[in-house]
Amino acid sequence: MSWEWILFATLAAVAIASAALAISLKNSLACAMSLGVSFVAMSGLFALLHAPFVAVIQILVYAGAILVLVVFVIMLLNLPAGDPRLERVTKLRAVLAAAVVVPLAPIAIFAIPAAAGAAGRDAAGSATPLPDGFGGVGAVAKSLFTTWVYPFEIVSLLLLVAMVAAVVLAKRKI
Amino acid sequence: MDLALAFFQTSPAAATPAGAGLSAYFLVSGVLFTIGVLGFLVRKNLIVLFMSVEIMLNAVNLALLAVSRFVARTEDGHVLVFLVMALAAAETAVGLSIIIAVFRIKRGVSADDLTVMNG
Repeated sequence: MSWEWILFATLAAVAIASAALAISLKNSLACAMSLGVSFVAMSGLFALLHAPFVAVIQILVYAGAILVLVVFVIMLLNLPAGDPRLERVTKLRAVLAAAVVVPLAPIAIFAIPAAAGAAGRDAAGSATPLPDGFGGVGAVAKSLFTTWVYPFEIVSLLLLVAMVAAVVLAKRKI
Repeated sequence: MDLALAFFQTSPAAATPAGAGLSAYFLVSGVLFTIGVLGFLVRKNLIVLFMSVEIMLNAVNLALLAVSRFVARTEDGHVLVFLVMALAAAETAVGLSIIIAVFRIKRGVSADDLTVMNG
């Protein structure tokens, strides 16, 4: 057991457990907090995958901006505790969820990795060394501003549209 | 524990210096995605539904980075994850303002409040 393996197992367990808590806790603020723990653990997994730039952006964007916004909205709405409309899992809803999740789970967890030939690549993937500076700011920037420059520009336009939409939607009188 | 290790380390060569391989990351990604789908279907609080979508996006990001590291060996996956994160930020801004607008009209954030399209 290498230290990398132990680190992976710990981070994966934390990410999965806190994501499960985030969808099962009653208090939405507690959900948001455990979602934050999940985001930070995911950032550690990203760093283990030799993606230091994306790991830092994960902390900045998800654990920083998105989570703060969610917590801000929860505080702003100040929902009464134990609203009966909020959590009442009907039988129909449980059956529907089971009908979707029971076939989906084996596909997502086993069939897709098998189709991608994941197990066969485990040995080869870690045997050959990665190029120098893999996943660093320079390498990612080079890819982003050459191959991916049009998607990058389109996303900047999308962010502008989203900003205007957020202002219009949250305004008191439209 | 031995069984779990056997699942992750299919060949003895992988056991020597390496950490987890592609299949281990795919497993974590699949479990997280399933958790997100389950949360989206079972919960009624709009804010928690929104958080379930974030969990699903994060799971897909993990799979993208794993493929980028173990198969493609280029930074294309990193750029895609970067773009997905920008998309998630835009989605957060719009989604949360929709939630605020719903709260203003219905005085609640339950998915059951939104029955206008119910025919």
